[in-house]
Amino acid sequence: MKYLYYPGCSLESTAREYDLATRAIMHALGAELIEIPDWTCCGATAAKAVDRRLALAMPAVSLSLAETVESAADVLVPCSACYLNLKQVHETAATAPRTLAEINEILAEESLHYSGKARPRHILDILSKDIGPTGILQQITHSLSGLRVAPYYGCQCLRPYRVFDDPEAPTSMDALLAAAGADLYPWSMAARCCGASHMTTNAEVSKELVFRILKSASGADAIATVCPMCQMNLEGYQGWISSRYGEDVRIPVYYLPQLLGLAMGLPARDLGLDAKSARTVAPSAQ
Amino acid sequence: MRRKNEAPQPCIRPEQPGPALERVRERVRTCIQCGTCTGSCPNAFAMDATPRKLWRLVLMGQTREIFETRTFALCSDCYCCTLRCPRGLALTDAMADLKQIAAAEKHGGDPACTAFYRAFLRSARQYGRVQETRLMARYLAVMTPRRPLMPFRFSGLGLQMIKKGKISLRRPAGGRTLEGLFARIESRRNGQ
Repeated sequence: MKYLYYPGCSLESTAREYDLATRAIMHALGAELIEIPDWTCCGATAAKAVDRRLALAMPAVSLSLAETVESAADVLVPCSACYLNLKQVHETAATAPRTLAEINEILAEESLHYSGKARPRHILDILSKDIGPTGILQQITHSLSGLRVAPYYGCQCLRPYRVFDDPEAPTSMDALLAAAGADLYPWSMAARCCGASHMTTNAEVSKELVFRILKSASGADAIATVCPMCQMNLEGYQGWISSRYGEDVRIPVYYLPQLLGLAMGLPARDLGLDAKSARTVAPSAQ
Repeated sequence: MRRKNEAPQPCIRPEQPGPALERVRERVRTCIQCGTCTGSCPNAFAMDATPRKLWRLVLMGQTREIFETRTFALCSDCYCCTLRCPRGLALTDAMADLKQIAAAEKHGGDPACTAFYRAFLRSARQYGRVQETRLMARYLAVMTPRRPLMPFRFSGLGLQMIKKGKISLRRPAGGRTLEGLFARIESRRNGQ
């Protein structure tokens, strides 16, 4: 199995451990990742709030660079926001040839061209469809049995494109965590929004959303995520939110590949679980 | 929104919106005002006008009222309304259209969002990839005069991340800048 790999900007800094854990488990599962040469920012939610051409052209740059690599066509994307932006260009190529031509005209000056062949896929899609719970099960050496995990999917890997899971009642991560031996924590917040960049811009909105999610997870030992924005929102402000609401809602929030990697017996350091880049909340606050 | 002592506007004949708003109106033309969008929106509790009301304002071409709301700026792109709309309307994209109009015409929208998007895109344009530390520094430099307490909310998390080596002032990896791409799109926009 060979995949092109688009880490995205967050995975080079604030979500470094997501990058480490993704590379580590994919390697252990026998998949080769080829990082897209010289990939650039997808535009996140900023580009589409400013200019519709920019919102398509930014991710199109990286997809056209992906097409320069001939040995693979599926692009593994761990960040849900990056995934959606890349996916939007892929969909445009399939359904709106005139818009695609306009974007390619903008790219042409840098000798870039996107044909639609490079196909962005979210990491959860690849883990649940290509590897599957059975593939994970075969690698398990340290069952997570006894650990109650609340699977948190967030929004953009599920919506608006119905690709690998039910966009309202997702189950793909549940099956993977169950294969790793974890006890699933039943809850209704799995696909609710964390507020994304509103934690930075309009915290009074995001704080409320995150509080409801964390409160609902209060019977779990940990939350599993598949997006750097969700992870930072859910874990990074727990102390502040707990004091604001007068209720202790602190809980560790891991990336799915970190938990799977632990169950596969991979060293904590390779999964970014060591002190250097592990949880972003002070241990005393846990 | 309309002030209390202001006479209600006649709502029989819609106003003629500009071409940009016309595109949004086209997107929501078949809205039946059922309110599924409002019921599905996680941020509706914080909005001054509900999404359902916003679509009505769009259909009526009430430009001034639309851009006085915070509704579109508070959309966090969760796509719940888009998924559930019984008319199959691309409502999240319509919210993005309104954000784009507000950004282009420099009226309405949310000042914090505008500052954040601007700092974000500046970093992406310059380095090709977003340098998260510099992005936050730029954003806070703009916002602190307006909201002096804002930096304190991030200081704890920032210190944790510095300690763990997750943020720094280093240039991002990769050498491809997006300067040319941004410039070409800007010249197209101005040429319209």
